[in-house]
Amino acid sequence: MSALLQAVNLNRRFGGVQAVAELSFNVNQGEILGLIGPNGAGKSTVFNLLNGVIAPDSGQIIFDGTDITGLPPYTVARHGLARAHQIMQPLLGLSVLENCMVGACFGRENMNLADAREAAREVAQSVGLGDRVDALAGSLTTAGKKRLEMARALSAHPKLLLLDEVLAGLNPTEIEHMIETIRGIRKSGITILMIEHVMRAIMSLSDRIVVINLGKRLAEGTPREIAENPEVIKAYLGDSKLLATAEESVS
Amino acid sequence: MSGSVSQDVAKAGTYKPHRSLTDEISRHVREPFPWLIVIFTVAVALAPVVMDDVSMRESLLLAAVYVILASNLNLMIGYAGYVNFGNIVFFGLGGYIGVYLATSWHVNLVLAALVGGIGVSALAYLFGRGILGLRGAFFALATIGVNEAIHAFVTNFEPWGGATGIYLSMDAYEPLGGPMNGLWICYFLIVVVMGLSLLLSYGVKTSKFGLGILAIGQNEDAAAVLGVPTPRYKAIIYAISGFFPAVAGGLYFFKSGIIEPNGAFDLTTSIEAIVMIMLGGAGTVTGPVIGAFLYEELRGFLLFSETFSHLQLVLAGVLLLIIVLFVPGGLLGWLRARLPWLRKWLQ
Repeated sequence: MSALLQAVNLNRRFGGVQAVAELSFNVNQGEILGLIGPNGAGKSTVFNLLNGVIAPDSGQIIFDGTDITGLPPYTVARHGLARAHQIMQPLLGLSVLENCMVGACFGRENMNLADAREAAREVAQSVGLGDRVDALAGSLTTAGKKRLEMARALSAHPKLLLLDEVLAGLNPTEIEHMIETIRGIRKSGITILMIEHVMRAIMSLSDRIVVINLGKRLAEGTPREIAENPEVIKAYLGDSKLLATAEESVS
Repeated sequence: MSGSVSQDVAKAGTYKPHRSLTDEISRHVREPFPWLIVIFTVAVALAPVVMDDVSMRESLLLAAVYVILASNLNLMIGYAGYVNFGNIVFFGLGGYIGVYLATSWHVNLVLAALVGGIGVSALAYLFGRGILGLRGAFFALATIGVNEAIHAFVTNFEPWGGATGIYLSMDAYEPLGGPMNGLWICYFLIVVVMGLSLLLSYGVKTSKFGLGILAIGQNEDAAAVLGVPTPRYKAIIYAISGFFPAVAGGLYFFKSGIIEPNGAFDLTTSIEAIVMIMLGGAGTVTGPVIGAFLYEELRGFLLFSETFSHLQLVLAGVLLLIIVLFVPGGLLGWLRARLPWLRKWLQ
């Protein structure tokens, strides 16, 4: 399997805090890679580095054969890397359809308005927002806004989708729906890198998992390997329940 | 369920775009709204001719200038979400360039005004790349700075008459067939610029570029992550928003027969334009028109009223406060929230 994205020796410091330290990992074509770690481990910072919201102090990011290190987020988006935010950022005054159209128009395929409208409609349908396309984004529920984050990112027809805690704040039924949606996205050929705290979900969805702690890579492997890794158990010490659910969902 | 999801996504993934510019234009021609703009423009142009009323022409001319200022400022405030307090600099600088070319170089008036528009837009693009990195209040302050800096420069710029400005002699109107004729021609030209400003506003709002600008206005960081090239787009909309005000400035000051720094770069007019936008409804095409006409009426009434003649700006300020606090959508926003069918007709 070839690597769609390579992160090589990434470093980023905020004042006295080394948020990301000598971090390297690959995301392979077609896989779902889970990125987990305790709170404050630097997961969201990694996403910010990958899609250009902040630049790394050193290191290199290769996406689909192109060096995208330090490029601004809108250029990274054009290369086919889309992101759904942990804290939802809907364009509140625009409709659901228009939100998705922004993704389609300015994403990888650089569509014109009419084509973007079609693509946006299809994607909204596929994530379960088909009957809300004309509603203002501000009027959606939390679950709806999470779906909109995904729909907007998908409308760009990306090669790689970054999902930042898209399950957080959802109820069990909504989580089930979202997991199905994520599986569907992967089947359509889009590679996924996801941060998630809902262990049951990430263990069942991921092909591989990278664990980070204090900005460093702690472990990497299949969900089962990760669940049995003593280093990981130590990092999550005090949260044995978390691992218990993880074990349960793997076996 | 997962099967249908993946099919839908896969189908979306293979969709191939292609549509030509002529298709895009013909789509707009079938819409009712651009035709409303054309009808409105023709009506404003012909009203004083039909009524044979020069004072009506003068008040409509002022209203048209207000519409031009408000509508183009709305591209920044209503669409891109950037409050430009110094927008009058476009009008003043365009006025100087246009009047100077038309008088000292005897350039055709329309050409002179257009050169003013292009020059101001080019300058705005350069300035924009610099100051549009600022957000919120800092951007607003920087725009006041731009206006004051150019005001100070022009006041000391001798070729443009320094602090006394440029006066036009009666000869200046000869190419237009004398002063009487010239005033009518200036009026028609300004009304045309008004119509074009509204078509521009509609065109931007319904274009892909406009979608990017609206996204910036809603949440600039999210827009960038979605792929909108924010620095370039902001500079472009800033430059575009300067074009028609600058053209109108050339025509207006030529018609007035005088241009001097304090009149050309008057911050008060900048703020009045903001009141008009908020009064009519920011972010809509029609709102600034309604706001400009209402404000022109109100201003006329206040100037001639014995009690209020010195309170015009005080009342404008109070009006702005009331709107921002209680009716942030302006008149049109208020109406459209109650009558949704209006959306199709009044963009």
